[in-house]
Amino acid sequence: MKNPLTLPGLGILKGMAVTARNLVGSYYGTKRLHTISYPEERLALPENSRNFPFLVYDGEDADGGLRCTACRICEKECPPQVITIVPERDENGKLTKHPTVFDIDLNACMSCQICVEVCPFESIKMDSAFEYSSFEHVESLVLHKSDLAKPNSYYHDIKPTEATAVDANLEAERQRKAEAAAKKEAALQAKKAAAAAKSAAADAEKTPPTPDTDASD
Amino acid sequence: MLPTETQPQTQRIRPALNFAARRPWCTLALLIAAALVVGTGVLFLLNLKAPGLLTAALMDALSDPGQAPVLLKQGLLNYLENGWSFAPWMLELTSIFMVIGTLLAVFGVIFALTSLVERKVLARIQNRFGPNRVGPWGLFQPLADAVKMLIKEDIVPTGADKVLHLLAPIIMLVPALLVLAILPYGPGMAPIELGVGILFFFALGATTEVGVFMAGWGSNNKYSLIGAMRSIAQMISYEIPLFLAALSVVMLSGSLSPDAIVSAQSGYAFSFVPHWFVFTPWGFAGFVLFFTAALAESNRSPFDLPEGESELVAGHMTEYSGFKYAVFFMAEYIGLLGICGFAVALFLGGWHAPLPWLEWIPGYLWFFIKLYSLVLLAIWVRGTVPRMRGDHLMGFAWKFMIPMGFAIILAAAVWHYAGGGVLGWVASAVIVLMPYLALGRVVSIQYPASRRVYRFSES
Amino acid sequence: MNSLSEIIAFLLISSLTLGAAIAAVGLRNIVHCGLSLAVFFVGVAGLYLLLGAEFIGFIQLLVYVGAVAVLIMFVILLTRPEDEAAKLPGLRWRQLPGVLIAAGVFLVIYLAIMRSPSLLRDVPEPAALSIQAVGEALVSGHLLALMAIGVLLTAALIGAALFAMEGEDGK
Repeated sequence: MKNPLTLPGLGILKGMAVTARNLVGSYYGTKRLHTISYPEERLALPENSRNFPFLVYDGEDADGGLRCTACRICEKECPPQVITIVPERDENGKLTKHPTVFDIDLNACMSCQICVEVCPFESIKMDSAFEYSSFEHVESLVLHKSDLAKPNSYYHDIKPTEATAVDANLEAERQRKAEAAAKKEAALQAKKAAAAAKSAAADAEKTPPTPDTDASD
Repeated sequence: MLPTETQPQTQRIRPALNFAARRPWCTLALLIAAALVVGTGVLFLLNLKAPGLLTAALMDALSDPGQAPVLLKQGLLNYLENGWSFAPWMLELTSIFMVIGTLLAVFGVIFALTSLVERKVLARIQNRFGPNRVGPWGLFQPLADAVKMLIKEDIVPTGADKVLHLLAPIIMLVPALLVLAILPYGPGMAPIELGVGILFFFALGATTEVGVFMAGWGSNNKYSLIGAMRSIAQMISYEIPLFLAALSVVMLSGSLSPDAIVSAQSGYAFSFVPHWFVFTPWGFAGFVLFFTAALAESNRSPFDLPEGESELVAGHMTEYSGFKYAVFFMAEYIGLLGICGFAVALFLGGWHAPLPWLEWIPGYLWFFIKLYSLVLLAIWVRGTVPRMRGDHLMGFAWKFMIPMGFAIILAAAVWHYAGGGVLGWVASAVIVLMPYLALGRVVSIQYPASRRVYRFSES
Repeated sequence: MNSLSEIIAFLLISSLTLGAAIAAVGLRNIVHCGLSLAVFFVGVAGLYLLLGAEFIGFIQLLVYVGAVAVLIMFVILLTRPEDEAAKLPGLRWRQLPGVLIAAGVFLVIYLAIMRSPSLLRDVPEPAALSIQAVGEALVSGHLLALMAIGVLLTAALIGAALFAMEGEDGK
């Protein structure tokens, strides 16, 4: 049964009350106005966000502390082939484990993270920085080694869980290497000692017995 | 030229632009200081022609703030007569141009402000900021809009009727501006005191329809034509409730002149309730009717079917770009301001103060305060209700508002002839309420707000 | 005697009216003709205002420009010929004899009026008609005419509604 008392306009008045609440409430607090005024304010990015790669360095030296050894695996595995690496050679032409040139072309990088997955030295990781807009393609959007190198503390800032895991991994790796080296050293030492003992024994065998002396006199 | 290389002209002013962009407040202060210095210099030089008359004009105006604009104008005319020996016909001409200039300046500023205020209020209703980048709180946004409209290419479609296409925005703008000339801004401050002001206003509203048709037809676009037809049908239908509501007021104040109508609303009952028509039962209903019909006349939400973007792009304004679109935009807003000004004059007591102890605020300020409250109400309604459907719109006008209009006239007559007693008020209220409820029931049965039934689908 | 401004105003308004009337019959595009008719109505309203008949002037604007001109535009739109290129014939030389005859008739009537003795009498200007007087005359002296007009308009409205309903039901 239809309500016999329909008040035209009542619905609009109720609606206007709701809108007025919205209007007034938008000045108090963020419940009714949660716009973030970029670029004055920025939304915190989640930890797993990724944009373009960067190189991690340990310690203070941005060039010498690079974990990268210029093995060029990432260059080979990159699908759009945006990584360019030139390894450093010393004066004899021997490869030092350090890159002179490490360029990433952001114009074509597709953030697939394959370079991160294949790197054996945990030296290239994904950054979440996204403010790369510029007016030129080549001058600003091809990043060089100095642009890409960022300290481990930065890595901890943007991805704490991942960074701690990586650090633990590297630490474990170092420990293992140290243990292996120590064991090898110990084995070497043991071998040396055994060899020494053996030669000492051989020497001891070579010396003549004391009662039989020569009667030539 | 590549986009990165700048044109030679901008190279010359680039340092100034950079400074203005980096230090906006500083630039603003510098500009205001420069304007003050130049203005004082000019005033000083002008004063030399007839010493003392300019300051006398200012003093006159300050002594009686309620009539300040009129006294200022008279003082300036006096100065021109004595200092520059203007002939009487030159004085008349100057007086006319002063009034026109002031009106255009004031309403230009109000128009610019309203376009910004509308966007910001609508945005806040919709849980977002409005434009807030261009100046502090987005105050220079209208300037940016104006520049944008001016530098856009003026596209005239190939098959369009060039004469019609050009004349239509002009024919829409002129009546809107003419309405501003008869509004009573203050006591004795209507620029033209027409004895038949109400009739003039309705005649101008009717003339606007021809402009809409020219816009729709001249664009050689079937959507523009449909939008123009809908707009004309809507405007014609909603003019009748507008007439009827105004008619009740004209009946009771005995005159078609807005000045006389405002004077009929002077005084206070019980020494604090003003005699405005909106505080009577028929006046309140009449005001609601007038305001709703005014929204429909200006093609504003919820009656913006002719210019609904999701339906007809922009209706009769589809093929207009650049400055012509700006003229349409201006015509719509200034039309809204004019019709709200009329609502203020007819129902809200014009330039009268609402309370006796607030009468020290000048009349013209009260007029603009009330005018702007109505504009804010219109913006509020726009942000609240969705667009009305075409047949609902016409049904509402013909089946609800016109009978309500007749009821309001009857109620006004009963109220008047009862002589102001309580019986008169009660009877008048009943005469308004009964059709309201009955028509409400009729309309809600005919246009029910029910779940939509699809004829050819299963669920 | 009329002042200079009144004469200038009369010349301007009457030339506008005459020009619009000639355009309304002479233009090729029928929509332009309809719109010149609207301009003509505005000119006539201007003439009324010049004569001091404010009420009639604005009613002329309201009714003729606001309603009749729009009605004519609707009619033109709804009864357009199928091909848009159908244009009305413009002014042709073969219409010259007709124009000359019309001018002759106008000359005769003009001379007859100007030389009639009734014009030489000094007639006082009629009192300006106030709205009050018009309203009172309508409801007291001309009440029958008012009622008849009301009935006529109601009949027209009912007829229009019937037409619209018939179209829907197909009756």
